Amino acid sequence: MILKGKVWQFGDNVDTDAIIPARYLNTSDPKELARHIMEDADKEFPDKVSSGDIIVAGNNFGCGSSREHAPIAIKAAGLQAVIAKSFARIFYRNSFNIGLPIFESEEAAEKISAGDEIEIDADRGVIKNITKGEEYTAKPIPPFMQELISVGGLIEWTKAKIKKQEIERLRS
Amino acid sequence: MNITEKILAAHLSDRQAGSGKKEVSAGELINARVDLVLANDITAPISITEFKKTGAKDVFDKNRIAFIPDHFAPQKDIKAAEQCKMLREFSREYGLGLYFEVGRMGVEHALLPEEGIVVPGDLVVGADSHTCTYGALGAFSTGVGSTDVAAAMATGECWFKVPESMKFIYYGKLNKWVSGKDLILHTIGDIGVDGALYRAMEFEGEVIRSLPMHSRLTMCNMAIEAGGKNGIIVPDEITEQYAKGRARREYTFYTSDEDAKYAEVKEYDCSSIPLTVSCPHLPSNTKPAAELSNVAIDQVVVGSCTNGRIEDMREAAEVIKGRKVNPNVRMIVIPATQKVYLQAVTEGLAEIFVNAEAVFSTPTCGPCLGGHMGVLAKGERAIATTNRNFVGRMGHPESEVYLSNPAVAAASAIKGRIATPEEVI
Ligand code: SF4
Repeated sequence: MILKGKVWQFGDNVDTDAIIPARYLNTSDPKELARHIMEDADKEFPDKVSSGDIIVAGNNFGCGSSREHAPIAIKAAGLQAVIAKSFARIFYRNSFNIGLPIFESEEAAEKISAGDEIEIDADRGVIKNITKGEEYTAKPIPPFMQELISVGGLIEWTKAKIKKQEIERLRS
Repeated sequence: MNITEKILAAHLSDRQAGSGKKEVSAGELINARVDLVLANDITAPISITEFKKTGAKDVFDKNRIAFIPDHFAPQKDIKAAEQCKMLREFSREYGLGLYFEVGRMGVEHALLPEEGIVVPGDLVVGADSHTCTYGALGAFSTGVGSTDVAAAMATGECWFKVPESMKFIYYGKLNKWVSGKDLILHTIGDIGVDGALYRAMEFEGEVIRSLPMHSRLTMCNMAIEAGGKNGIIVPDEITEQYAKGRARREYTFYTSDEDAKYAEVKEYDCSSIPLTVSCPHLPSNTKPAAELSNVAIDQVVVGSCTNGRIEDMREAAEVIKGRKVNPNVRMIVIPATQKVYLQAVTEGLAEIFVNAEAVFSTPTCGPCLGGHMGVLAKGERAIATTNRNFVGRMGHPESEVYLSNPAVAAASAIKGRIATPEEVI
């Protein structure tokens, strides 16, 4: 999987209230959530962002609440991926579960600037900075998480598991 | 193994346990059985939608899935009402035994331990980040996403990366009015909001061993605010006292082995931990309360899953009794559960708050997440006993939240600025 796009940059500790403020959580409609993406950090962000863009941020991206609305809003806003120095853990697992590609790379987060054009080779964990002519590596993704991504997220994985159990039950 | 590893090992999925696996170690990815799964009116709607996609014919266990509408409930607007309705209808359809309707509900992390629905030794996942609260009972509990909950509702299992553990040792003597809230704020101030990222936070030491359960719950509640996967306290006599008579299931006490591994050990001399306040906009931005006396406030909130228990109500009432809320301040007191509410009425605490001209509300998360029942306007400032002070957390993006214990919050309500209890009593 190759992901190519323009970069929006944010700092450390971008929390889930910044990604999607709690006041909009009386709905879980992705389109509506996407309309308020990052608006407390940058009022115009929902209008400026275009499909295929990529977020690059510092440490602890997605800290705070467990709301899956955060990665959902990012995905629904058309953002393809997030690169950060590190992710908050619930955000990390939510992203894999719903199929939002995320990459941990200290080097990339430090060297990429806002507006850069980048290309991520998700399978190899290589991030190319087209604007700057540089290349960085992302932390490898554990095999189980790769499996999650390859089947299309946790629900698909669970579906397959339930089916398998059902077949085993019928056999015995 | 340490307590976190032991609980995870004891819950390894049948497939893994069947292959003879009895131990786990940090960094491993495992599948484990869950004792309880929970979600609220914000997170359950997504879980319900996703659950239906799994093709599961039924939930794994009707009596181990808790749905608690507490964030925007009592339903604050039409959209919130629609979300709560989804929980209600799903609970009816699948015959869930742990659905808590308005009138029976409370803030989830106060309600479930109080009702003995979570017990020591449990493995709990919840679609709410403060699910880590139950570590106070010696359970492994952690916040996950709605999709995780959907999968767990279908299979009774969840995937985990076994966390590394950090040990926090508290010794010495607690200063007057200093409680679990101050200890945890101080700790987060020390290690930062990602100081325990992906890790288990095990709280220990002579101070913890004599710390009452409500303060333990407050500490474990905020483990997530340091990035922690779970907070945990090895169960003891205080745990036994709490669990006895309320636990609805049999429970197990797990301990940490002498030679258990820890990624890091931190020690704190409690005699040098002051009444602590987190300043905007991160819980780690801590200062001694006494240094903030020039910060004027517009609103005070006492409540939430962090400090909405009866002991917290008593503490605030003790400070405010016979006094009045400053004319420039709105004080909102929210008991976390119906039981706490009723007890506060019976003990005369409700009367103390109302006489002091504070609002005394039915249980809800409400203002904690800027939902309803006390949302801040542009430029307004609050001090709250809640757990998060991110930008816009309690309302307008240009409002501010300071975090404290209930006694400091109550003293601040009287003074109209951040104050310590000693200043008013
Ligand atoms: S009281 Fe606040 S922190 Fe606790 S569950 Fe409710 S919204 Fe979350």
